[in-house]
Amino acid sequence: MATLVSHPDEVKIVTSRFGKGAANIDRYIELDGYKAVKKALEMGADAIIQEMKTSNLRGRGGAGFPTGMKWSFVPKESAKPKYVLCNGDESEPGTCKDRLIFEHDPHAVIEGAMIAAIAVGAHKVYIYVRGEYRVLLEIVQKAIAEAYAKGFCGKNIFGSGYDLDVYWHGGAGAYEVGEESALMESLEGKRGIPRIRPPFPAVVGLWGGPTVINNAETLASVPHIILMGGQKYADVGVPRNGGTRLFCLSGHVAKPGVYELPLGYNLKKLIYEVAGGIPKGHKLKAVVPGGSSVPCLTADEVDIALDFDSMMKAGTFLGSGGVIVLDDHTCIVKFALRTIKFYRHESCGWCIPCREGTDWLDKTLTRFHNGGGVAKDIDNMKYLADNMLGRTFCPLGDAAAMPIQGFVKKFRAEFEAHLDGRPCPFAEHPAISALPVLSH
Amino acid sequence: MKFSDQLEARFAEMISHYPTKRSLLVPFLLYIQDELGYLTQEAIDEMGVRCEITSLEVKNVISYYSMLRTKPAGKYNVQVCTNICCLLRGGEEMLEHVKNRLGVTVNKGISQDGVFSVEEVECIGACSWAPAMQVNYDFHENLDENKIDQILADYRAKV
Repeated sequence: MATLVSHPDEVKIVTSRFGKGAANIDRYIELDGYKAVKKALEMGADAIIQEMKTSNLRGRGGAGFPTGMKWSFVPKESAKPKYVLCNGDESEPGTCKDRLIFEHDPHAVIEGAMIAAIAVGAHKVYIYVRGEYRVLLEIVQKAIAEAYAKGFCGKNIFGSGYDLDVYWHGGAGAYEVGEESALMESLEGKRGIPRIRPPFPAVVGLWGGPTVINNAETLASVPHIILMGGQKYADVGVPRNGGTRLFCLSGHVAKPGVYELPLGYNLKKLIYEVAGGIPKGHKLKAVVPGGSSVPCLTADEVDIALDFDSMMKAGTFLGSGGVIVLDDHTCIVKFALRTIKFYRHESCGWCIPCREGTDWLDKTLTRFHNGGGVAKDIDNMKYLADNMLGRTFCPLGDAAAMPIQGFVKKFRAEFEAHLDGRPCPFAEHPAISALPVLSH
Repeated sequence: MKFSDQLEARFAEMISHYPTKRSLLVPFLLYIQDELGYLTQEAIDEMGVRCEITSLEVKNVISYYSMLRTKPAGKYNVQVCTNICCLLRGGEEMLEHVKNRLGVTVNKGISQDGVFSVEEVECIGACSWAPAMQVNYDFHENLDENKIDQILADYRAKV
């Protein structure tokens, strides 16, 4: 399985049990496992939610919504059953953290989801793991079975009178299902077509019942917050951005890997010190700081704090924690092309701006990179992306548009260098035939 | 069609997890595919009956999910990622190498002996260990040409 890395600057909270055999329940219990859920049962729903609010934990899936607030939106009384759904459909290119959590600490996800259920008054938890992660799903299945065998799940957990069932669920390959409403559709056995909101899942979710949906890393953080206290967790990060985050370093760095660092950590330091800098004596060209869907930062913009608010101020997003580093030998047009190919493949076709936009961007970038570009294409790409943004049911359309907007805006000169039939300056020769021009 | 004992046991377990019958569809179709190699018309019809939906609706679900297929693949399906993080570290070259080694020219093509199929896939969640591929469900990471040759030889020896 994947190799673990470490660095002295790391603050190990979510990763504190990595490499210690905690997938086994007895080992997990030795390492303070299932203490938090017992404490949560004593605290009661309101106190748990207050603790979560104090912790300033914000959703680790990408949107960064405050977790405590999300839980507080669930109505206390509901005619239909309430649910907690763990989003383990990790599919954002650049992101590989939930995989490590499921491998090394699956019980933390289960325990976190149980605490979420107690907080909102739900009696059923589903842990959704993407289809490609079959080996991880098997670890989760085993962990759930162990928890039942110990009597931690099921009827009357820990003698509290509270019934709580935990189930696993697997996907079958679909990026879009990582979006919360599509995730629920998939769990209901359907195509992962997103739902229109409102109503939000906290009111009308799975099978019509109020549903809390949290990312696996978010839930794995919860038991630690309950044990250490919300304030102590919040103090690890920066204001309004509590705790740590698993940053997945990939691309052109000497020491790629998943590092757990406090929110607000400096991106430049992350690239040059933690991840060992750019190899082969090359220089930094750009960083995609939060998974493939966020606008890139140029080499001049990397002296920035990695928290939700600072990143947004810089015109990008902290996103999913996938930090993709590009050196100066990378063709941005090629990179943009591969990015949009992905979104075109994953677009479900439900919303026309996304379906057509991703397809035309793919066609244009393919032709453009192949030497068949015309000057008008550059503005056309911007125009296409601008018109996708905010005009789709789910954020997949935004996710496809934002990186393209960023590349065109920040690397326009590189697009221009591909014009007039000139070969790619980086000697990339895609074997794809020329496609028609959108409009002259 | 008749399911194997293993699939029947899985079905009985899973159906009890959900308030509606069709909820198990996505993961269960993948379990069927693991056994049969692909989703046959008989399997689709059977799932339609069991979930109380039409076969067409089952197919409608299948066509949405990238991993579900209605045509055979090789015994070992080699899925090479060429998405951005793998691209930066040679993912496309790795895909070419796998195709050349196995004599497969088209995406999702099957090698002549039927042992391998090769598929270009989107991000498999191995970004920090790129370039990477999956053979069926097993991850193989930090790839280079020599490593790929060894991996393929190991699978071939298992046949």
